[in-house]
Amino acid sequence: MGPQHPSTHGVLRVVLKLDGERVIGSECVIGYLHRGVEKIAENRTYQQFAPYVDRMDYVAAVSNGLGYCEAIEKLLIVEAPPRARVIRTILTELQRIASHLLWLGTHALDIGALTPLFYCFREREEILKILEKYCGARLTTHAFRIGGLQYEAHDTFEKDVERFCKDFESRIVEYETLLTNNRIWIGRTKGVGILTAEDAIAFGVTGPVLRASGVKWDIRKAMPYAAYDQYKFEIPVGTTGDTYDRYLVRMEEMRQSRLICLQAIENVPAGPIMAKVGKVLKPPPGEVYHAIEAPKGELGYYVVSDGTVQPYRVRIRPPSFINLQAFDRMVRGHLVADVVAIIGTIDIVLGEVDR
Amino acid sequence: MADEPKEPQPAAVPTGEQPASKPSPVSGAPSAPAKPAAPPAPLKPPVVLQTPLNNEMVARYRVKFGAAIVDAIEDRKQAILVVESGRLEEIARYARDEEKFEMLTDLTAVDWPKREKRFDVVLNLYSFAKNERLRLKAQAADGEEVPSVVGVWVAANWMEREAFDMFGIVFSGHPNLKRILLPDEWQGYPLRKDYDILQQDTAWVRENLGIESGQ
Repeated sequence: MGPQHPSTHGVLRVVLKLDGERVIGSECVIGYLHRGVEKIAENRTYQQFAPYVDRMDYVAAVSNGLGYCEAIEKLLIVEAPPRARVIRTILTELQRIASHLLWLGTHALDIGALTPLFYCFREREEILKILEKYCGARLTTHAFRIGGLQYEAHDTFEKDVERFCKDFESRIVEYETLLTNNRIWIGRTKGVGILTAEDAIAFGVTGPVLRASGVKWDIRKAMPYAAYDQYKFEIPVGTTGDTYDRYLVRMEEMRQSRLICLQAIENVPAGPIMAKVGKVLKPPPGEVYHAIEAPKGELGYYVVSDGTVQPYRVRIRPPSFINLQAFDRMVRGHLVADVVAIIGTIDIVLGEVDR
Repeated sequence: MADEPKEPQPAAVPTGEQPASKPSPVSGAPSAPAKPAAPPAPLKPPVVLQTPLNNEMVARYRVKFGAAIVDAIEDRKQAILVVESGRLEEIARYARDEEKFEMLTDLTAVDWPKREKRFDVVLNLYSFAKNERLRLKAQAADGEEVPSVVGVWVAANWMEREAFDMFGIVFSGHPNLKRILLPDEWQGYPLRKDYDILQQDTAWVRENLGIESGQ
C-alpha cells in the first residue's frame, strides 16, 4: 500500500502480508520525506533553526515551535515572561484543536464519511485566520521566538479567540451528531486496532493514543510547561484502546482545549513579551531534554550545546514516528479495509515521521 | 548559501559576550547609549551547570552495578547516568523493572569525533510511577557493538535503527538492524560530524553531470 495511497496522509508505504483479506504482518517503509532536519540544525544558529521545526508536524507548527523555543530557553536558563507564556498557551491550544480537526475530517473521510471534512475545515479555517492575524502565517507560523514572542497580540486577539470558542461549543456537537452514534462509524471503529495499556507503554506510545488505552498521562499535567499549571482541565481517557476510544478521547480533548483558551483569555497578564536574551545566543555547554504535549503526543527536543552559536546536536523525538511503530501490533488480524482506519487513528504526519 | 562553518563561526571574539545583559529589541530599549556598560565586564561567570549527582537512586545503581556506573551527573536539574556500554541492556532492564522507568521515551546518539570512544548512545527514560525522567548514556567507539535494548522496550526497535542509519552504530541482538529513513544503498552516516552536508551534492553532480560542483 502506498506510498501514494490517498489514505496514508503523505508518503507512507505499508507492506502488508495477507491471508486472504486478513492482515498477518506489516512493515512500514518510511523516509520518503526525510530532509535531514537534525543535520540542518547543526549547521544553523539557534534562531536560524527555529523556522525549520515548523516543517515537521506541518499541521501543528505552533506546537513544534513551542517545544523548540522552550528547550532552548531551558538550555540558556531563561524563562519567557508570563504574558508570553499565556499567549503561547492560547495559540498552542488553538493549534491542538486545528490539528485534531484536520485529523477528524480526514480520518472520517478515509472511513467513508464525507461530511465531517467540510465541517472540520470550516472551523479550522477560523483558527488559521486567528494565527494569520497574529503572525501573518497560517501553517508554518514561526509564531514564537526563543525567549518569548516577537509580536504583541493584535488588538482583537482576545475577542477573536473568545468568539471562536463560543461558536465552537455547538460545532463539536455537530460532529458528534454525525458520528458518535452513527452505526457505520461504530461498525468501522469499535474493536478495531486495539492497543492495550501495557503494549502502548512498551512501544513508547504517547498522546491521545496512549490515553485511549486507559493511561491517564498528559505532559501538560505531569510536567507543566508554558502556563498550563494555571488552568483547570481534564485528561480524557479511554477504556479499550480501540479506534472508537481514540475518537472519543480526541473529541473530548478539543472541548478541554476550548476551556483552556477561555480561561486563558480571561486573564492575559500585561508586561513584556520577551525575556532578556542576547542577539547572539550561546548557551553554556551542556544538554537538555524538554518535551511538550503536542497534539499527537510527546514531542521532545534533546539539545546538546558546546557553548558556540550553533547547536552541537538537536535530536527531535517526534510523536508520530514512535506511535507509528505500534501500527504493526494494532493491525494484525484485521481486514485490509481496517488498515486505513488504523493509519488514520494513529494520527501521523509524515513530515514529522521522516524529519 | 549553506556555507557550513566548520569552526562554528568566529562569533566568540567580539559580539557574543553579552548574553544576558542586552535588552531585547521589543522590550522597548529607550536609548542607544545604554550599551557601553556591557563589554568591559564579560558576563561569563563560571556557572556550574553540571554537578555530580548523589542521591539514593544513584546509590542503588552503584551498589548493584559497581564500576559499570561510570558517572552520575545532574545537568540543568536533569539526571544523567553514564554507564558502561557493554552492560547497557542489563542496566536498562534493572531501570525498567526495579526503578520503574517503564517507558523508553527516546534513544539517540551524539558524535564526539575527537574522543577515544566517539559515540554517546543516549536513552531517555520516563517513569509513570515517579513522574521522573532519567537519561542513560553509554560511550561506544566506532565499530564497537552496543547491546540492543529491544528486548527491554520494543520501542527501541525503530530508534536503534535510526541511530544505526544516522551514525552507523551497530546494536548487537537487534532483530532487524537496517536503515530506516535513508535508502538501503546510502553511503555513509549523515549525522556523524565528519559527514559534510555538501558531500552528497558534490558526489551526485560529479557522477551525473560529469563536472565539479560549483558549491
